[in-house]
Amino acid sequence: MIEVKNIKKSFGDKVVIEDVSAVMKAGQCNLIIGTSGSGKTVLMKCMVGLFEPDEGEILYNGENFINMNRNEKTEIRKQIGMLFQGSALFDSLTVQENVMFPLNMFTTWPTKKKIERINEVLDRVNLKDTNKKFPAELSGGMKKRVGIARAIVLNPKYLFCDEPNSGLDPQTSLVIDRLIKEITLEYNITTVVNTHDMNSVMEVGSYVLYMYHGKKEWEGTNKQIIFSKNQRLNEFIFASEFLKDAKEMRMLEETGKMPNDRNIDDMIK
Amino acid sequence: MTIFRDIGQYLLMLSGMISRPENAKMYWKEFIHQCSEIGVGSLGIVVIISIFMGAVSTVQTAYQLVSPLIPLSVIAQVVRDTVILEFAPTLVCIVLAGVVGSKIASELGNMRVSEQIDALEIMGINSKTYLVLPKIVAALVVIPMLVIIAGVLGIWGGRFAGVMTGIVPPAIFDQGLLDAFEPFKVIFALYKAYTFAFIISSISAYFGYYVKGGALEIGRASTKAVVISCILILFADYLLAALLL
Repeated sequence: MIEVKNIKKSFGDKVVIEDVSAVMKAGQCNLIIGTSGSGKTVLMKCMVGLFEPDEGEILYNGENFINMNRNEKTEIRKQIGMLFQGSALFDSLTVQENVMFPLNMFTTWPTKKKIERINEVLDRVNLKDTNKKFPAELSGGMKKRVGIARAIVLNPKYLFCDEPNSGLDPQTSLVIDRLIKEITLEYNITTVVNTHDMNSVMEVGSYVLYMYHGKKEWEGTNKQIIFSKNQRLNEFIFASEFLKDAKEMRMLEETGKMPNDRNIDDMIK
Repeated sequence: MTIFRDIGQYLLMLSGMISRPENAKMYWKEFIHQCSEIGVGSLGIVVIISIFMGAVSTVQTAYQLVSPLIPLSVIAQVVRDTVILEFAPTLVCIVLAGVVGSKIASELGNMRVSEQIDALEIMGINSKTYLVLPKIVAALVVIPMLVIIAGVLGIWGGRFAGVMTGIVPPAIFDQGLLDAFEPFKVIFALYKAYTFAFIISSISAYFGYYVKGGALEIGRASTKAVVISCILILFADYLLAALLL
């Protein structure tokens, strides 16, 4: 479990995050959503220690990450896997070498055992026969899957995904979302996903934190989003007419009646 | 004020890279890789410029020493001292600032922009230690070797040009090389080589490691790394000459 308590972060005079708190539980996908510039990436970077918050606490299973020394932070980081927006694979290494990198660095396993583990995780992300390929030879979706494989190869307790669907088509995005959800449940990982993809929110968002101008605007589950009266959240999530209709259809399914006294025939037209 | 911030950040980078390696074997592998990248990667250009700078200095020295009172062996002495004291360490290192420095800066800059450095940090690896330290140590090992090769080839190039053009007979040239030879000059050349190697690798690593932005900034950082390295090499060259000669 990760707890974020009253986090504040500013760059110069500009306050980017202010008084954000959240509890992110293990075995579920915790989503941070918001418009571009709302501070969700900064919040995630504070959580993994790439930025140091000005105020507040970040607790990993009750231990304050911010107050830890470098060695203690390194120990926590060994339990963290992260999928970056651009995958961040090492260009000069093959897929196998990329996934093997954390194993080489932090284990003393024999090569045979490492190869077995690599094949296991590559198989888990549905990537077979790509071991010898270089990142430049892979599609965007494949790179993301290699990124996930590298992130989970050491069996992390925490998985961070920064915009895992950016630049991917809807079908591939769905594959990645489902993969993240399956891995989270399978290994009981605390997964934190930073996204502004609404399909991801509805697909995997067990807990959703909506940020607006650096502040926590709303939190709840993906089901609660449908019934939320928060105007900013509704404008952000259900931005198009199509999505508004989809929301109302979902409400109809859940409650058996149309919101706002609208007629189902009008929507179908 | 930017210059003070840069100096402070540069010193912090240098102090930050001194830490215990997470896995000594991986660091050794990276060090060997960097030795190969810096050494083997630059050997061709070093060989070419060394031979030609030696040849040119023989021809030009002979052109200026026209008095019959000056023995021909003096040409070899001038070529030897010029190559050892100045051409091999300084000229070669200025070329290496372009070849190696831009490579280091653009490699680290690309890793920064594509979040590969962040990925290392998240894994619990000290990215300064893993990426910067092996480059600096490899440069300190390999660049003096390149300077020695440049010195030998420069003198050989001078001899070759002298013999081929009929300026100096080989026996006289060889005699001139031994006349009034001071071993300290070689030591001095190595002092320079180590100093310049540190400047090239650390300055380039600094500009690459702290790149912010995209492809354009990587190019700018690379250019800045080469320019600042060259200026510092020339400054250090003067300082070492004034202090040690």
